[in-house]
Amino acid sequence: MLGKLKRHQFLFEELVKRDFKKKYKRTILGMGWSMLAPLLMLLVMKVVFEQFFGRTVNHYTTYLFCGLLTFNWFSESTNSGMRSLFTNAGIFSKVNVPKYLFLFSVNIQVLLNFALTLIVFFVFCAIDHVPFTWRLLCLAYPIATLLLFNLGIGMVLSALFIFFRDIDYLWTVALQLIMYGSAVFYTVDKFPPNVQLVFSLNPVYRHIAYIREIVLGGTIPSLSTHLTLLGVAVAAFLAGAFMYKRYNTKFLYYV
Amino acid sequence: MSEPEPILSCRDVSIRYKVGDFKNIGLKEWVMRRLTGRYKVIDFWADRDISFSLGKGDMLGIIGTNGAGKSTLLKAVSGIMEPTKGRIVRKGKVSALLELGSGFDGDLNVKENAYLRGAMLGYTRKFMDETYPYIIDFSELKDFEDRPFKQLSSGMKSRLAFAIASLVKPEILILDEVLAVGDGAFRAKSEAKMREIIKGGATTILVTHSIGQVRAMCNKVLWLDKGRQVEFTDDVNGCCNRYEAFLAGRPK
Repeated sequence: MLGKLKRHQFLFEELVKRDFKKKYKRTILGMGWSMLAPLLMLLVMKVVFEQFFGRTVNHYTTYLFCGLLTFNWFSESTNSGMRSLFTNAGIFSKVNVPKYLFLFSVNIQVLLNFALTLIVFFVFCAIDHVPFTWRLLCLAYPIATLLLFNLGIGMVLSALFIFFRDIDYLWTVALQLIMYGSAVFYTVDKFPPNVQLVFSLNPVYRHIAYIREIVLGGTIPSLSTHLTLLGVAVAAFLAGAFMYKRYNTKFLYYV
Repeated sequence: MSEPEPILSCRDVSIRYKVGDFKNIGLKEWVMRRLTGRYKVIDFWADRDISFSLGKGDMLGIIGTNGAGKSTLLKAVSGIMEPTKGRIVRKGKVSALLELGSGFDGDLNVKENAYLRGAMLGYTRKFMDETYPYIIDFSELKDFEDRPFKQLSSGMKSRLAFAIASLVKPEILILDEVLAVGDGAFRAKSEAKMREIIKGGATTILVTHSIGQVRAMCNKVLWLDKGRQVEFTDDVNGCCNRYEAFLAGRPK
């Protein structure tokens, strides 16, 4: 696969460039807006929920931001990933190119967006007096596994989207459920253990919990947590790769 | 007579499409129809048992009425589609110039689209850097370089597409109705360019509705009708005559 990627490097670069230009419409404000949007959401959630949860959670703003940052990335990546194959049907139905290029390309653009938000996140951490330690470097781990997870889910969704065009409505609903099930703005420790178990089955929540443990707790999560995140991400990626491999020549009939 | 090893050979190639309810119905409807047993899919054979082989420098014309399975066959030859049955063996790089005008992005400008298309066709960045001035020159789009693509006329788009595509030096070249590009002056230019490529020794497949073009350029001809192979022969004139007689005798 890497050899193939090398051979199509030029195409990949051009696709990434195209996705950037289309996303930001060649404006400085375009980029600024994509940073501003999560901040506005953060502000609203802070105003609304701080009354309820702010008293019991230290550094509530940072706690909230950890959840929003992670969930937004997942949501944006899977949403634009879902459409990536279909919107490029004009290309892959005319020339024989690896179809995952489109998804990877759009994910690079989403990843950059995430990186920009991450910078803002660190600024907020500083304002919120969250101690900066070397352990923050461990954030690279959940970012890497979530990227892999996003790509996997993106592959599954984009393949399904070719066959069933109404997947996007269902996914919007699913995303909402995942958001409420990710404890973005509340804490889970008040729930009975069996409900907490449900939370722990949600990979997005697991990533958020990992990030909070590093940033707010200042401790490195256990080895089993690391293995779980990696396992889930690899499983999602393999599921996606399997769909792409299996339906590689069938997509054409549906576009 | 010993044949040289073929560059491209198709053996008993059949391609099946599925037609019917399955497209654009969405997941909810699909589940409902599956449950109520109203889900119908009909197999449709776009091509059946097509066999031919081409040697180096051969130029094959594929003729047939609309819906004869010509474009589908080309998609299989270029590797975009897998044949349902049969085998296609290619020796060398295949370049397909299918439906030139489409596949561009309306928001990108001429230069960006040129690079994207070049990348799609498998060129390198270095090659594009070198040939870009020539592409702009050939397509006569010097004054429109920075325009978004959606502002160009369709003639301009196909001119650019042709200029990029005609840079290929493939072993196997597939042309689907591309000779008819642009206005009179450009058309003469593009036909000259096309001849130059073909003279370069590429094995070429040409799909066209112009019998005149087939007679003038091809040394082999494949006649398809409703997915079936009527003839594959190097008696180009004879086959074209029979095809014209078939068209004339067809009930309107």
